[in-house]
Parts: sequence; structure tokens; C-alpha cells
Amino acid sequence: MNRKTKARIMDASAIDRVITRIAHEVLEKNRQTKDLCVVGIRKGGACLAERLAKKISEIDGGEIPLGILDITLYRDDLTAIAEQPVVHKTEIGFDIRDKKVILVDDVLFTGRTIRCALDQLIDFGRPKNIQLAILIDRGHRELPIRADYVGKNVPTSVVETIEVRLKELDEVDEVIIMEGEK
Amino acid sequence: MTVWKRKDLLGLETLDAEEIKLIIDTAESFKEISTREIKKVPTLRGRTIVNLFFEPSTRTRTSFELAAKRLSADTVSISASTSSVLKGETLKDTARNIEAMKIDMIIMRHPCSGAPDMLAKTISSSVVNAGDGAHEHPTQGLLDLFTIREKKGKIEGLKVAIVGDILHSRVARSDIWGLKKLGAEVILCGPPTLMPPEIEKMGVRVSYDLREVMKEVDVVNLLRVQLEREKRNLFPSLREYAVLFGLNKDVLKGAKKDLVIMHPGPINRGIELSPDLADGPCSVILDQVTNGIAVRMAVLFLLLGGHTS
Repeated sequence: MNRKTKARIMDASAIDRVITRIAHEVLEKNRQTKDLCVVGIRKGGACLAERLAKKISEIDGGEIPLGILDITLYRDDLTAIAEQPVVHKTEIGFDIRDKKVILVDDVLFTGRTIRCALDQLIDFGRPKNIQLAILIDRGHRELPIRADYVGKNVPTSVVETIEVRLKELDEVDEVIIMEGEK
Repeated sequence: MTVWKRKDLLGLETLDAEEIKLIIDTAESFKEISTREIKKVPTLRGRTIVNLFFEPSTRTRTSFELAAKRLSADTVSISASTSSVLKGETLKDTARNIEAMKIDMIIMRHPCSGAPDMLAKTISSSVVNAGDGAHEHPTQGLLDLFTIREKKGKIEGLKVAIVGDILHSRVARSDIWGLKKLGAEVILCGPPTLMPPEIEKMGVRVSYDLREVMKEVDVVNLLRVQLEREKRNLFPSLREYAVLFGLNKDVLKGAKKDLVIMHPGPINRGIELSPDLADGPCSVILDQVTNGIAVRMAVLFLLLGGHTS
């Protein structure tokens, strides 16, 4: 591994402010929490989804159903990657039919993860609509996908990577730009 | 983190504890898929799996076939009774011909112990053993482990009895390997004529008194009495078997309250297990069948999911 930290672009309070803002934007756009649900993509997106759902219900009062997607089984590169990925559970304990789904992930990059998540969500039922909320949009899309809610736009080069560290997984809340090959 | 590296699944004897845990953990993630409205994920799209069965089977074959279909693989089933095997084709030739059709995996059940090992050496596609002679039935062993862990929350430290015809049972052998590797204590119980000599070398205890055994175990796995064995005089009569080794309410006196009763099926009701217990609250027999699909999905995914070679 030959990577080094290039810059720390967000800290805990910045992440919290972004989630608060996105929560307000979600409510502004959807007016009420009825029919609203939040689904996060493992792993980073799942933690952010939980925070977002909590924030929305703090502002509006209503309970927001929360789901977790594991997209491994829908990947388009399963035969190309050398190592077997570990499959985790998908947990969507409610019917998404006719629901407005806020899909949450930490970083939007090529768009392929979101493609997997969209396919998988639609296999669970026909939602009324799906809106995409992203903490960091780093560009370099390979599919025609865009986010409805963006925490921060971070133009990057391909050799850079974005690392989102979250308390639930890494004991600290921060976003780092790393440089060099993985 | 353990990574799956094998081409084939031939038995639990050759796997280490970490590999077994990886399969069971993976299966846990797959269980939920069968409860969805659309019970299918696109993971193995474009892969072809051949079921090659030289012995009759309903449960195992259907289970493998559903597991493959729920992962979007294409499946073909071949029964020996309707194939060129009847014309005298050897197993190697049959396998090579099937492989020439560009398939990715053969799932085989065969009456001869070791046949899947031979097949795995013959072809470059993956081979899954769906039961070979009295040797192993690895996916049954794995689904038993999965079910025990699901019901008891752990396997290590549990006492598990396997009761019945140990001599002819491939399920018993896979169970013993798996349970021992994951740290359970295994007690075998059955008629002396159906107990293989020197089986204690596998690290198990042998008892001929079911009532005594039932007092100490957490889980009991009853094997099917293979009715054809009675004709070979391996035990005097089914009635005597039922009296000495059949599980019923009376035998359960003194057993743990949270005892789990398992059976690989098909059940001979009233012989190895009384109907009230088979359908009672301790029985997890149908859970085993449900879990079998998740476990087989995990096996197919691990063998075919992420490899370039």
C-alpha cells in the first residue's frame, strides 16, 4: 500500500451539518414524512441513512422506516474481481411499494453501486420514486446517474480516493482525500 | 478474513473451521432472499449448473435446483435412469461430454464413495458432492450446522447426539466432521450392528442407551432407518428398533426442555421418530429444509461467484 493523506475535507461537525441540511431538503421536496423511507447501502451508506432518518424524524416527528442494502449479489464485476467479496445481509423489513425511497450512500463515483442498488430495490417492489442522497460526489461517472441531494462536491483525479470514516465503523467522523495506488 | 479458494465442495473432512464458518455466515445473508416477493438475485446469471443424480432424491435435488435458480443460474437435471449411463457409458465419459457443453458446475449424487473426488480430478468445472455412498453429504452437514447455530446461537460446547444407522450414513459422517471442527461434542447411538467399528477414532463417544443419552444432549439428529437394511438382517425387526432407538415422548423424560430435534428426511413416522414429536415444538425438521436452500445458495455463490480462473 502506497497511499498518503492529501487533505482532510470534512470533520464531525461538517458531516453533521450536511446531514441536517439534507434532512431539511428532503422535507422541503417531499413536504411530509408519510410514505417516506430511508435505505442505506452497506457499509458507510447504512450509517449515514440511520443518521438521516433520525434527523428527519427529529424535525418532523414521524417515524421513518430504515432499511439496509447489501449490493454484492447485484454487482456487474463479480466474474472480473479476483477475490470473493463477502456477502452481508440485506435488511428491508417493510414494503417499499408506493413508498418514496431516499437511497443513501457515502461516496458517488462511477455510479455502478447505485445501479446495483436501484436494480435490487426494484426487485423488492415498485416504489413511488427513488431519490439519491450522497455525502460526497467525486465525479468520474460511468453511468448516467446523478444525486438529488449532495453533501459536498469534491472534484478528484482518478488516482485519488475519498475515505469517509464514520464513528459507527471507524470511531471518528471525517472525510479524507487519499493519494496514490491502493 | 477467510477467503474461499476451492474449486469443489467434496466433503467437510477437508475443510477447516474457518471455511465452514464462512459458508454458514454467507448462508445467513442468503436466507432472506427466499422471503422476498421476487425470490431471485442476478448473481450467477449466465452460469450453467448440471444436476447429475445416480440415486433417487427429491429434497436435495429440488433444493440445489431452487438454490441455483434463485441465483439466476441455468440448471439442467440428469437422472441416471434416463441417461446414457444405461447404455454403459462410464462416469468419466459422461462428465467429459457434459463439460464439453461448456457448463460451469456439476452437482453429483452417486452410490459409490469417492465418485465426486474422481469427477473433480477429471473435469475443470466445479464439482459439488450431493451425497456419495456412505462417505459424505457435505451440504446436509452444513445445513445441520446452520440450523443448530440458528436455534442455539452457537455450536461450540454443545452436546449433539446422532442416532440410528451410523454405518451407512453419509449424513452422520459430514455432521461429525463439521460438529467436531466447530467444537461440539458428538455422541453416537444406535444398534451395535449399525455402528462402524473404531468410529471413536473420529473423536466421538458411542452409547447404546438412548434414554441415557437423551438426558445430556442439547440437540438430537435422528437418521432415517434405511428400510432395505432390515432385509439384510442388520437388526431383528423395525418394531424392536422403534422400541430401543425410536424417539417418543416417553424417551424424552429427563431430556432438556430446549432440546432440538433434527432429521435429514424422509421420516419413517413411528419408527425413528413418533409423529407427535416430528410435528411438535422441538422439531426443526422443516427449518432444516428451508435453511438447506440458503446453505446451497452460499455454496454455489462461493464456488462460482467471484473467480476468474
